[in-house]
Amino acid sequence: MKNYVKSLLVAVLLLCSGCHGKQSTGAFTMPDSFDTSKQYEVTFWAKNDTNKNQTAVYQQAIDDFEKLYPNIKINMRLYTDYGKIYNDVITNISTNTTPDVCITYPDHIATYISGNNTVVPLNTLMDNEKYGLGGSKVKFDSVKKDEIIPEYLQECELNGQYYALPFMRSSEVVYMNADYVHALGYEIPDVLTWDYIFEVAEAATKKNADGTYALNGQKIMIPFIYKSTDNMMIQMLKQKGAGYSDENGTIKIFNDDTKEILGEIAQHVESGAFSTFKISSYPANFLNAGQCVFAIDSTAGSTWMGTNAPLSDIAEENKVNFDTEVRIVPQYDVNHPQMISQGPSICVFNKEDPNQVVASWLFAQYLLSDKVQVGYSETEGYVPVTSKARNTESYQSYLAEEGEDNDSHYSVKIEATKLLLNNVENTFTTPVFNGSTSLRDAAGQMIEDVAKGIRRHKKVDDTFIENEFENVKSLYRLDSIKGTTSINSPFPMEAKLLLASLVLAWIGIIVVILLRKYRKCKI
Amino acid sequence: MNKILSTVLSAAVVASLAGCSSATTSSKKSATSEEGTSIVAEDGTKSEGVMTYAEYVDAGTDSEVTIETYVQAKQGWWEDNGVGKATVYTQDQEGAYFLYDVEMSEEDYDKLTEGTKIKVTGYKSEWSGEVEITDATFEIEEGNYVAEPVDLTKIFSDENELIKHQNEKFSVNGMTVSASKDADGNDAAYLYNYDGSGTEGDDLYFNVDLDGKTYTFTVESYLCGKDSDVYKAVENLKIGDTIDCEGFLYWYNGVNPHITSVTVK
Repeated sequence: MKNYVKSLLVAVLLLCSGCHGKQSTGAFTMPDSFDTSKQYEVTFWAKNDTNKNQTAVYQQAIDDFEKLYPNIKINMRLYTDYGKIYNDVITNISTNTTPDVCITYPDHIATYISGNNTVVPLNTLMDNEKYGLGGSKVKFDSVKKDEIIPEYLQECELNGQYYALPFMRSSEVVYMNADYVHALGYEIPDVLTWDYIFEVAEAATKKNADGTYALNGQKIMIPFIYKSTDNMMIQMLKQKGAGYSDENGTIKIFNDDTKEILGEIAQHVESGAFSTFKISSYPANFLNAGQCVFAIDSTAGSTWMGTNAPLSDIAEENKVNFDTEVRIVPQYDVNHPQMISQGPSICVFNKEDPNQVVASWLFAQYLLSDKVQVGYSETEGYVPVTSKARNTESYQSYLAEEGEDNDSHYSVKIEATKLLLNNVENTFTTPVFNGSTSLRDAAGQMIEDVAKGIRRHKKVDDTFIENEFENVKSLYRLDSIKGTTSINSPFPMEAKLLLASLVLAWIGIIVVILLRKYRKCKI
Repeated sequence: MNKILSTVLSAAVVASLAGCSSATTSSKKSATSEEGTSIVAEDGTKSEGVMTYAEYVDAGTDSEVTIETYVQAKQGWWEDNGVGKATVYTQDQEGAYFLYDVEMSEEDYDKLTEGTKIKVTGYKSEWSGEVEITDATFEIEEGNYVAEPVDLTKIFSDENELIKHQNEKFSVNGMTVSASKDADGNDAAYLYNYDGSGTEGDDLYFNVDLDGKTYTFTVESYLCGKDSDVYKAVENLKIGDTIDCEGFLYWYNGVNPHITSVTVK
């Protein structure tokens, strides 16, 4: 019997130690105080939109923070692609060489936290009286928890724990050549519908006898270009009330609504009214060259949109003059608009030394201070994630000075920002679970494949779409996600197995004790 | 977790082949490569069912194409949802073919060396003026050809002529390094990222003047990383330097060469 108990204990220990094939760091425990006599180096992996102003804001934030905390040195590594950060983090989890602080997406964090204590749950840190949000020992004007926009903070909650702080938020908007819309005989409503945008786009495909387009007299015209087709599919499904996934990680995207959406997109690709970034190129390039009517892109891409855009990838001589109008993404129901909330968050990785984690946390928290929030949000069409920053005089002045120059106060950028500020209650996010990144990729891939299929003269019908469903299920391993890796259920599967093993072990121990007592009683 | 780790991609960016050549000496190829490997002289004859370069040029965008070509340089291999992909600069005796995201295993990728003959089937695509083959598969064939850089100095300002050499291995001589504006608005001989927002290891951008026109050249970091000679050579450029360059005639809203060699005169 003793051997049986030993075996059980050994099995439990093996389970504990062997879950992920690497040595795990213990769960973070908040130290009583932060040791300021010790030097810390915090590695910060940051993302910028290939925008020197953003790099400058990060660098200024680091300089200011290091003056406040001379014992903390921040080593920044810049990325221009969230996917690359994700890949590098995944690679570094296996070698225990993750960064300390990282700009990332909640979808990605869902994968990171499937490691043992990889990402620090922030609840304890946030609520700590000394070093938490608004804490008494924090050396800067720290934001309080209730000053973070609740919807954005909620997006960082997984399994009842906050695993990130929101950093910036953006959404998508329609940037349009209003002159072209009017030239085609249409008025521009406050909220566009999908029917409207496709109808106007179809009208823009009319050609002259010489093969040029009637609307612009050029050989190129792509009336409607979408940058992020995963967002396109996600928003269309959400607006239709159709399935995408649920909180438990169950995949629901393969449904009749998705088929209908793909079928409609196919028609407009065939007529030349619609294309995508992956197939054609950046929407801004076509819009600014007078080769596009509607460009849907992130509010964080607004500095590239329009005749007077401060950033441009095309030669000045190829630009045309036009009036740029901005609207929220098209809707199926204009009375209940829904638009995706996106934008980076900040997570803190766990380390052996809890003081190292506190140093990282202090810097993460500093990124939510007013100067950083206002400074970074003004570099693009982002909005600050705290009401505190939004209410500052400098941010209110920034918004009020819309259009006063074509740089910091570029009208299209601030107009896009205001649309987002005015629609916080109309934003949504998709459920986050281990595998939600793959589902998102699959959503966009289906649109891309249908568009390519049409362009390559394939017959895009129900059979094509059914096959496409199977292709993306296989490619993105969506069949293996359901019921096994959801993290929005109370516990992940590995945790459930571990807990079950512990229960069994304790049952075994209790049985042994009872048996011994029973034998003693008999003697 | 191990499964996740093994399936989730990690971009394995590998500095390519001989693509990134010496910064101080021009890497002119002769009948024998620098590594001593004999280069088979190919007569350019195509197998049955394979397009000639002229037929490829005439093929419409989005049409299916099958070509035979020779690897000149590799940009990198990575895994996209468990599918290996690579971007490769290739060329035959008539012209060049840029292969974007060709499906291939890492093992096959490693087999591709400068001059390797491959047969590629994919779709002719165009992205911001760059004509490329996408969604392609390939097979390795017998044969070897390493293209000589074509000297485009005299026609560099004539875009209608220049575009006929799109994606080819080329050289251009006697250019003057001109100023770019860095992130602080100061003059700089080169930038990390197009606007100076990057750091070492990112793509390098530098401006050159030739015959009164200014061009932006790029050291594509996936093709020639920070440890390559050309990357270091560009980091040492000064405004006013006279340089000769070699590279591939990539296109992005106009000519945007990917430079593999810089020689300061």
